[in-house]
Amino acid sequence: MSLLSVRDIGIEFGGVTALSGVSLDVGPAEIFAIIGPNGAGKTTLFNIISGLYVPKKGRVELRGEDVTRYPVHRLSELGLSRTFQNLQIFFRMTAAENVMVGRHLHEKRGVLPHLFALPSTKKQNAETRAKAEELLAFVGLKGISEQTAGNLPYGALKRLEIARALASEPEVLLLDEPAAGCNAVETAEIDEIIQKIAARGVAVVLVEHDMRLVMKISHRIHVLESGRTLAEGSAQEVRRNPKVIAAYLGKHAGEEAAHA
Amino acid sequence: MAQFLQYAFSGLTVGAVYALVALGFTLIYNASGVINFAQGEFVMLGGMVTVFAAAAGVPLPLAALLAIAVAVLVGIALHLFAIEPAKGASAVTLIIITIGASILLRGLASIVFDKRFHALPAFIPGEAWRVGGASILPQSALVLGGAAAVVVLLWVFMSRTLVGKAMIATAANRMAARLVGINTVWIICASFAVSAAIGAIGGILVTPITLTNYDVGTLLALKGFSAAMLGGMGNPLGAIVGGLVVGLLEAFGAGYISSAYKDAIAFLVILLVLFVMPNGLFGRAGVERV
Amino acid sequence: MTMQALLRRHGVVLGLAVLVLVLPLVLPSNFYFRIATLTFIFALAVLGLNLVMGYAGQVSLGHGGFFGIGAYAVAVGPTHFGIPVWAALPLGALLAGLLAFLIGRPILKLKGHYLAVATLGMGILIAMVFTNEAQFTGGPDGMSVPRLVLFGWSARGPVTWYWISGVSLVGAAWLAMNLIDSPTGRAFRAIHDSEPASGVLGVNVARYKLIAFVLSAVFAAVAGAYLALYDGGVTPRTAEFLRSIEFVTMAVLGGLGSVIGSVVGAAFLTILPQVLTVFHDYEHVVLGLLIILFMMFLRDGIVPTLARLIFRRRP
Repeated sequence: MSLLSVRDIGIEFGGVTALSGVSLDVGPAEIFAIIGPNGAGKTTLFNIISGLYVPKKGRVELRGEDVTRYPVHRLSELGLSRTFQNLQIFFRMTAAENVMVGRHLHEKRGVLPHLFALPSTKKQNAETRAKAEELLAFVGLKGISEQTAGNLPYGALKRLEIARALASEPEVLLLDEPAAGCNAVETAEIDEIIQKIAARGVAVVLVEHDMRLVMKISHRIHVLESGRTLAEGSAQEVRRNPKVIAAYLGKHAGEEAAHA
Repeated sequence: MAQFLQYAFSGLTVGAVYALVALGFTLIYNASGVINFAQGEFVMLGGMVTVFAAAAGVPLPLAALLAIAVAVLVGIALHLFAIEPAKGASAVTLIIITIGASILLRGLASIVFDKRFHALPAFIPGEAWRVGGASILPQSALVLGGAAAVVVLLWVFMSRTLVGKAMIATAANRMAARLVGINTVWIICASFAVSAAIGAIGGILVTPITLTNYDVGTLLALKGFSAAMLGGMGNPLGAIVGGLVVGLLEAFGAGYISSAYKDAIAFLVILLVLFVMPNGLFGRAGVERV
Repeated sequence: MTMQALLRRHGVVLGLAVLVLVLPLVLPSNFYFRIATLTFIFALAVLGLNLVMGYAGQVSLGHGGFFGIGAYAVAVGPTHFGIPVWAALPLGALLAGLLAFLIGRPILKLKGHYLAVATLGMGILIAMVFTNEAQFTGGPDGMSVPRLVLFGWSARGPVTWYWISGVSLVGAAWLAMNLIDSPTGRAFRAIHDSEPASGVLGVNVARYKLIAFVLSAVFAAVAGAYLALYDGGVTPRTAEFLRSIEFVTMAVLGGLGSVIGSVVGAAFLTILPQVLTVFHDYEHVVLGLLIILFMMFLRDGIVPTLARLIFRRRP
């Protein structure tokens, strides 16, 4: 059974069609990449799946439940989380606090106990913090938990977003260009992190421009162009697909990829 | 019907002044992103300088010109000495700076002038005209006509002159404007100057009807800001319509419902409009980009 | 929790408590007690405003209205409805909270300047009711407020109110610090920095904005009640929109998102006008100038900017 399924999504902005007839299914422990040139609609698709935009057509299902018009925070309750291409960091909070916000749904949320710092709240705070430290270590950010996020370098923020998204213990995780702006070493680390996440049974949906990373770790790849689906299949299949080679990778890159 | 017309006339007269204040807000906001709460003080300066210059024997037209010049200088000074040095500060910090400037200007006005109310003689003396049973003072007509003239002049200035076009470009995208060689600091300064002039003209035109003192700016800034938001922040047409609507609401509210609650009615309508149209009457709903 | 965070939280409350305890030793006369009391009362309101503005990032230009509801509650309740003063105070706070809850739902959907104008309108509407419903409120002249009497003991005079407002402020700061370091406070701060990310992580953005708004209204109402009880009277000026602007100015001057900043901001705008009376007619000129200069050079507010300078100097 697929955890996430997207059915015939269409959306337009100011009369311009941004997405049309896009469908996809992602299952547990799967790494599913969405690729396509700039402006193909990848991030728009992410924004629809995560409930930030409401599509004009089609629907999004999480474990078979139609969630298309659910408010954003409800999707998190149903096991969806994501990172953002243009970082959406809580830059005035510390790194640890950023991740702690990700634990929100796992915490007791009565305001009165919070106001009076009842022992239960203190204990919960300690637990949340411990969990946050653990996740920071998992993404390779040990020792920076008390630093204000706004002061951290770009590469660290990318990973901070992943740790924060993981804190909600999602079943479906959308990663929007996790390796953008990262050097080769950092990219290799992110590659490893993504594979570990998927190995835990999480469905990982990935938008990424680093083709080497995509080809290496993705189980399936969905190619978008100008808001429409061009192809879908394994790395091998996509690489050989003449439409993909012509339209997206370009002839030269296509040959290179086929030889790789 | 006569009563309706009477309320409409008085509403449009006040509304025209609100529209000018709102227009001033819009100009500065578009150029610099600053909400200038000292906008009402330009209106006060327009009225007060004219009154005192006229009392000192300066012919009225010259006194009015002098008032506009003073307001423009104050506007430029506000930009040069308070806004420009704080460049890059958060929006709310800049707003507090303009509030400080408004306190400062009111304080100065109370010293340079005084704390009493002052009137000007009507620019067009004479009997009220009868229109459909309602009477309209020539001065009210002058306020409306003057405001309309300001709007037309501003439109010509914006669409026909290089400075105006540069102001539009700066409003649309400050970074891009800078890249094509527009001196945006100068343009923002110009927007403060134009905005001050517009406010002062409003103050001069309306003083024969409503009186003026050192303190009138506060309430006008409040109404002008509300009008600009009702129209949709950053939209000049919205500012004009917003100003007229607020003026009309006050007049009709005072006439038909309760004069004590006339401001309440205006704000109630603003609230209701914003609930339905969260970006004002003419504001565009932007797609949040993430 | 780390040592540093522990210190930061308890340090603020402790420091404030010490201040309230020690200040009477150096205050030479009732006049100074009055200034200190007013500072504490306004700080209480600004602290509340800081929750919604500094932490949750939602502007309010209408908190003078909530302040007024608290003030009029202790005036109208006992006078017209026979409610004892000690009960009218929490009732007023409850009423302000309820109103904030009802108005906050639609209003908090607005963003930025639109939210500012909507809250401004709300504050003005509330103030208008006080001015115009003269049969209850005494109209523009206002009305007198009976003394707060607890167990036969009557609270009056600057020294008594110094202690009431001082202890309340320390308590409020404790509550605020607790909240800030809890899931609720983290949700506030998250919303301030990124609404989309907050939502994606399961934070019900609308709900937490509303919580911050309601809490801040309650803080403001309690402060308003204190002022009315201390002054023994209330007029519509208590709730006018200039009051709201004054609160915002205090919050921003002291530092948004800083509990100590709320106190410093309130002190700034309460003490300064008293000091500036030596300038006679030039009082407002100097006040305006100082506001401009402070904001120009301490852009993030007095407390956060100075704190940063001090911490940077340390190795």
